[in-house]
Amino acid sequence: MNNFTNGAELLALCRETGLPISEVMLQREEKYFEGTREEIRNRMAHSWEIMKESVEEGQMEGNRSMGGLIGGEGHKISERRRSTEPLVGKTVSKAMAYAMGVLEVNASMGLIVAAPTAGSSGVIPGVFCAVQEEFGFSDEKMVSALFTAGAIGYLITRNATVAGAEGGCQAEIGAASAMASGAVCELFGASPEEVLSAASSVLGTMLGLVCDPIGGLVEAPCQKRNATGASNALVCAEMTLAGVRNLIPFDEMVEVMYKVGRSLPYELRETALGGIAASRTACELCGKNCLKNDGGINL
Amino acid sequence: MREISVFDVIGPNMIGPSSSHTAGALRIALLAHRLMEAPVKRVRFILYGSFARTYHGHGTDRALLGGMMGFSPEDRRIRSSFQLADEAGIRYSFECNTTEQDVHPNTVKITAEDKYGKVTEVVGESIGGGNARLRQINGINVDIAGELQTVVVQQLDTPGVIAHITQCLYEEGINIAYLNVYRENRYEHAYSVIEADGDLPDSLVEKLKNIPAVLQVNLIKL
Repeated sequence: MNNFTNGAELLALCRETGLPISEVMLQREEKYFEGTREEIRNRMAHSWEIMKESVEEGQMEGNRSMGGLIGGEGHKISERRRSTEPLVGKTVSKAMAYAMGVLEVNASMGLIVAAPTAGSSGVIPGVFCAVQEEFGFSDEKMVSALFTAGAIGYLITRNATVAGAEGGCQAEIGAASAMASGAVCELFGASPEEVLSAASSVLGTMLGLVCDPIGGLVEAPCQKRNATGASNALVCAEMTLAGVRNLIPFDEMVEVMYKVGRSLPYELRETALGGIAASRTACELCGKNCLKNDGGINL
Repeated sequence: MREISVFDVIGPNMIGPSSSHTAGALRIALLAHRLMEAPVKRVRFILYGSFARTYHGHGTDRALLGGMMGFSPEDRRIRSSFQLADEAGIRYSFECNTTEQDVHPNTVKITAEDKYGKVTEVVGESIGGGNARLRQINGINVDIAGELQTVVVQQLDTPGVIAHITQCLYEEGINIAYLNVYRENRYEHAYSVIEADGDLPDSLVEKLKNIPAVLQVNLIKL
C-alpha cells in the first residue's frame, strides 16, 4: 500500500484495492508507524472509549468550566429531548447535546480526545455516539469509522491546517465536522467518493467562520459551534446519502478553506482580539471571570 | 518531515481545556520532573506571554503542578493538583511576567528544589498540539522534546566524555538517532543530549556515571 497525500490519491488507492477509506488509512498507519494492525486498532478502541466516557460525563448537571462561562448546557438539551419531541429530531438533538457536554468536560479539566483539537473535541464524539445509539452500529464499526475520520483530518492537516490560530474556526471545528460527516457516510455504506464529497460539503458550508473565543478560553462561542459543527456533519451526510454531491472536489475545497483562513485578519484567529471576543459584553465577562487572576503572585 | 499519524489527528488523549495551555504546559513540567533525581519539595513557576495572561482559565497552573508530580497528560488527577500537592507537602508559587517580550508566547520557567535542596531550573515552550520543548536547563541553552527515548548527561566540559558516552551506548547496543552537546563556558558544565531508537535500560545510568566527569544522568521516557 502506498502513501497518499491528497484526496485524489486516496480515492485512487480505494479504487485499486476495492477497500473503504477506513481500511486504507489503517494500512497506511501500519506501514508508516509502529505497531501491528491489532495494536493500532486497540489504540483507536481506547480513544473511542475515552470519547464515550467524555460524552457520558458531559451529560451530568454539575460541570462547571474553569473560566465560568459554560456548564450544564448539554444536560439541558437532553432534558428537553426526554420531556418532548425535539424540534431537530432525536439524532441531531443527541449529537448537539453530547458535543456541548464534551466541551464542558474539556473546559472543566476532564479527559477528552482532541479530534482534531481540544476546542473541537465535542463534534466527533457527539455525532458518533448519537448515530451509534439511534442506528445500533457496533463498537467495532465505530472504531473503523474513526479511521475514516482520521483520513479526512490527516489530509486537511497535511494540505491546510486544523489550527484556529492559523485558519480560524472553519479550520478547527470545520475539520472536525468534515471528519465526522465523511465517517458517518462510510458507516451508512457510502462509497469513498461520497465520503470525501460529504467532507467537502462541510468545509464549504462552514467556510469563513472565525475563531474569536471570549477571554481566549475554549468555552464560548466554542461550545455552541461544536453543536452546530455536529449537526452540520449530519446535515451534510444526509445530503450525501440522498445523492446530493458537492460540486467542488475535496482537494480543491481544502485549498479554498486554507486560503480563506490565511486571509482572515489576525484579530479573528484565536487571539481573542476580534469578533465576539471583542464585544462589550464579552469584555465585561472577562473582567469578571476569566482573567481575574491576571498578573501578580498567586500562592 | 515526519509523517502525520492517525493519532495526531484523533488525539492526543488529554485533560482539557487546551492542547497548548494545558497538555503542552504539563509536558514541560513533566520533562523537568524527569530531570530531577528526587521528588520535588518546592517549586516556583514564572509564566510568560499568553501563559501569563490566560493561565487561570486554561488550568495551566494545575497542569504544571501535575507535571511536576509526574502525571501524564491524560491523568484525571490533574484537576486536583493543588490539593494533591498540598497533601504531599509540596510548596508552589506562580508568578506572571507580562513585560518580557523576547520569548515564545507560551513559555514557563520552572525552578524546582528536591528534598536534598538540589535545584533544577528549566525554561520550556509549549509549541502546539500538546507538544513542548525544553530550551534551557540550569542556564544552559538546549533543545529537548522528549519525543524519542532521551538521555540527558550533565558533565564537565573536558576531553573524552563524549567518547565515554558513545562507548557506553555502543556496549548497550543502542542506536543513536540524535546527539547534541551544549555548553556555556569552556571547561565548565555541559550537557549531552542523546535521543535513541528503542528502549533505554536503567542500567545505562550507572554505567555512564562510571567516570568522575559525568555529574548526573537522567533518562527521559515520555
